Amino acid sequence: MSKIISINGKSYTVDVQDDMPLLWAIRDIVGLTGTKFGCGVAQCGACSVLIDGVLTKSCSMPISYAIGKEIFTIEGSSKNLEFLREAWNDGNVPQCGYCQSGQLIAATALLDSLENPTDTDIDNAMSSNICRCGTYSRIRKAIHKAVAIKNNAI
Amino acid sequence: MSKIAPVNRRDFVKLFSLATGGILLGCNISTDKKEFVPTQNGNFTPNLFVEIKPDGNIIITASRSEMGQGIRTSLASAIADELEADWKFITVKQAEGDAKYGNQNTDGSRSVRTLLAPMRKMGATAKVMLIKAAAKKWNVSELDCIASNHYIINKKTNDTLFFGDLAVEASKIPLPSEDAIVLKKVEDFKFIGKKLKSVDLEKFTHGTATYGIDVRLPDMKFAAIARCPVTFGTVKSFDATNAQKTYGVNKVLVLDRLIPPTGKFFGALGGVAVIADSTWAAFQGKLNLDIDWDYGENSTFNSEEFKEKLSKRLLEKGKLVPGSKGDVDAAFKNSNKVVEATYHVPFLAHAPMEVPNATAWYQDDKIEVWAPVQDPQTAKAEIAHFFNMPIENITINVTFLGGGFGRKSKSDFVVEAVALSKKMQAPIQVVWSREDDVQHSFYHAASAQYLKASLDKKGNLTGWLQRVGFPSITSSFKPLSDYASGFELGMGFTNNPYQIKNFRLENIKAEANLRIGWLRSVVHIHSGFGNNSFVDELAFEAKKDPVQFHLDLIGKDIENQKNTKNSYNPKRMKDVLKNTAKNAAWGKQLPKNHGLGVAIHYSFYSYVATIVEVSVTNKKVKVENLWTTIDCGLSLNKDNIKNQLEGAAIFGMSLALYGKISTKEGAVEQHNFYDYQMTRMKDAPKIHIDILDKMHEPPTGVGEPGVPVIAPAICNAIFNATGKRVRSLPLIDEGLV
Ligand code: FES
Ligand code: FES
Repeated sequence: MSKIISINGKSYTVDVQDDMPLLWAIRDIVGLTGTKFGCGVAQCGACSVLIDGVLTKSCSMPISYAIGKEIFTIEGSSKNLEFLREAWNDGNVPQCGYCQSGQLIAATALLDSLENPTDTDIDNAMSSNICRCGTYSRIRKAIHKAVAIKNNAI
Repeated sequence: MSKIAPVNRRDFVKLFSLATGGILLGCNISTDKKEFVPTQNGNFTPNLFVEIKPDGNIIITASRSEMGQGIRTSLASAIADELEADWKFITVKQAEGDAKYGNQNTDGSRSVRTLLAPMRKMGATAKVMLIKAAAKKWNVSELDCIASNHYIINKKTNDTLFFGDLAVEASKIPLPSEDAIVLKKVEDFKFIGKKLKSVDLEKFTHGTATYGIDVRLPDMKFAAIARCPVTFGTVKSFDATNAQKTYGVNKVLVLDRLIPPTGKFFGALGGVAVIADSTWAAFQGKLNLDIDWDYGENSTFNSEEFKEKLSKRLLEKGKLVPGSKGDVDAAFKNSNKVVEATYHVPFLAHAPMEVPNATAWYQDDKIEVWAPVQDPQTAKAEIAHFFNMPIENITINVTFLGGGFGRKSKSDFVVEAVALSKKMQAPIQVVWSREDDVQHSFYHAASAQYLKASLDKKGNLTGWLQRVGFPSITSSFKPLSDYASGFELGMGFTNNPYQIKNFRLENIKAEANLRIGWLRSVVHIHSGFGNNSFVDELAFEAKKDPVQFHLDLIGKDIENQKNTKNSYNPKRMKDVLKNTAKNAAWGKQLPKNHGLGVAIHYSFYSYVATIVEVSVTNKKVKVENLWTTIDCGLSLNKDNIKNQLEGAAIFGMSLALYGKISTKEGAVEQHNFYDYQMTRMKDAPKIHIDILDKMHEPPTGVGEPGVPVIAPAICNAIFNATGKRVRSLPLIDEGLV
């Protein structure tokens, strides 16, 4: 059951069954471990990736769905993700860091779709990502900061 | 690390010569004595290392597990400060779980408290050596040289020498004696107490930090384990046909329960293990197992009945706890008013974002482990015990921890991996599912407490009786530990922050039918909830302002109090409370349906006061604002402390709003984040943290003390907003979320 998937612009051949969730193909077969397992049932967002730009919980999406599409993970780079990274650094956001891959990917999807999100936009967009360490207020601030960095950069 | 330079008895630092050139200093710290401990003959094994390389890079080998408290950063800052280093040259490495790195348990908010002084002295020692090397090179007096931002500067000529360029020379300088080491003044700190970013930020924002679950070894297999739904139940029989047929599954095998000897260790539950090519295949194989369990004696355990049982026991006298004083009965008899209330906190699970997991490789004569463990040395001792392996043949590589909160101080998941690796003769990574984690934790105990107090005519408190029961953590080591131990009652019960003349504490029996462990702030969750809820009720009955009532209870300053770090100081408690009240504008006019609630607590030697503002609309509670003030003595890294307290607020909210593990016929009823819920971004209030500047006091805990105040402050705010008193957590069970 060999298939080809494309992650961050690179192609990988993986030999797994069709219904294996994308998360496990990325982590255990391809070996990119930045995308995390938190719940396995689309409840925590630790496994967030973008598939053709759409925010997706990879633990609950079979790999077959991603074939022929472009998968974007925390190992990748995009303009908005770099602004967010800078803001994350600036605000010293992470504690244990484990949820932050998913948080950054969800925030990237948010900035990709909204130029200047309000607190409510942020709350709505980010509430499917759990941070057990409780870094929410920092994430909120950092997203605003990323927008500011972006506006300055233009 | 070849030759050891001679050290004299009083020295605390050792100098090693390095093949590559450069300075390598090691020092020894002991958690027990909280000081340096050279052995009898003046020799000792260092457990903290600072290395200055010829390229100027400074490598610090830190001895604490990183689980989100920014320990690595805090400790490195102390060295860098005394050394006058440039922050960008600092790298922190994680020590493996080896005795030479000292006690590495990260429970109890101890790390910074214990390690600050040695870290500073290490940095100062290295600085003196660099200065001596520079003075020699320039042929000037050491007094003319100062260190600044990774350079030694000649004050007279303004010549400079880079640390890296001095590293080789400096390593030949004899180790300065302890008298030659002068620590910086508080006013001169550059890093300590300042906003300092985590040394691991880049890794966290690129997904490159290696957590336990990210470890990959050649030919490694993944394992999932089906454990009996009822604690300590065993496998009667099983049918592995479908599991074996699952795509990617290699093998199904029985894992016996590892029973710890009385008094130490935790062992492992045992069950049926599925070994596979991927985590998912292992999970799938496990779902396809057909197991007939012998549920054993815990299968009658219903947590609701247990709650009722404890409530009944609260009606009768319990064991008198030492520390009780005065005559409570007389106080009640002579009082103007008597108030009573009963409070309940349910069982809780830690649910760190990274589930328990471990990778082990058992080879004939050695065992190597990669795991997110809070206490690698206990893990090592357990492995040595269960697998009969000499301790020196066991290596534990501590990975990043995706949260611990106490769960990862138990080594059950580690010994599981070792047992399976031994059977499979291959590297094995055991990964728990979230359901495994929620259903097989070492739970924070459920508690019940009854409080009764008397007020005089003026509304002053005259007597306080507190009867409390919860399954003891000791039960996890020793069967039949049905009463709380002294160390548990010493967490906020025998040492509440009030001055009460007539005080009686009683402990009632509470047997354990689940594995009990410690969870962030431990028993302080119970004492913080009971004490603060009840004081709020008393203030109401006394018709007094809750903040003022708290201040009165904290009482007078102790005159001429000796300022040791372990002695509770009422003035510091009052100061944090007053500061929080000021920040929250206590007493201000509130919008309709809003309420304010206050709570104070003293734990891990730190003083905390929190005020919460809630709104209640259509009977649903929203936490709008939260103000916390902490006095944790010298603050090593202010931004990290702030982050910790913000996190503690969210952690406390999770347990107040949603936290509850319940059992039916011995089995835990919750599964995953849909029925064991967490605070999310949309619930998160505006959080305002204030750290009192106590740079001349010794540092005290920061990771845990912010938790116990949150639930009672929220409940008191709900009362203030609605007149409804919540005496049993969580709020979701009261229909309030
Ligand atoms: S692991 Fe996918 S949402 Fe939690
Ligand atoms: S930083 Fe630890 S879970 Fe978010």
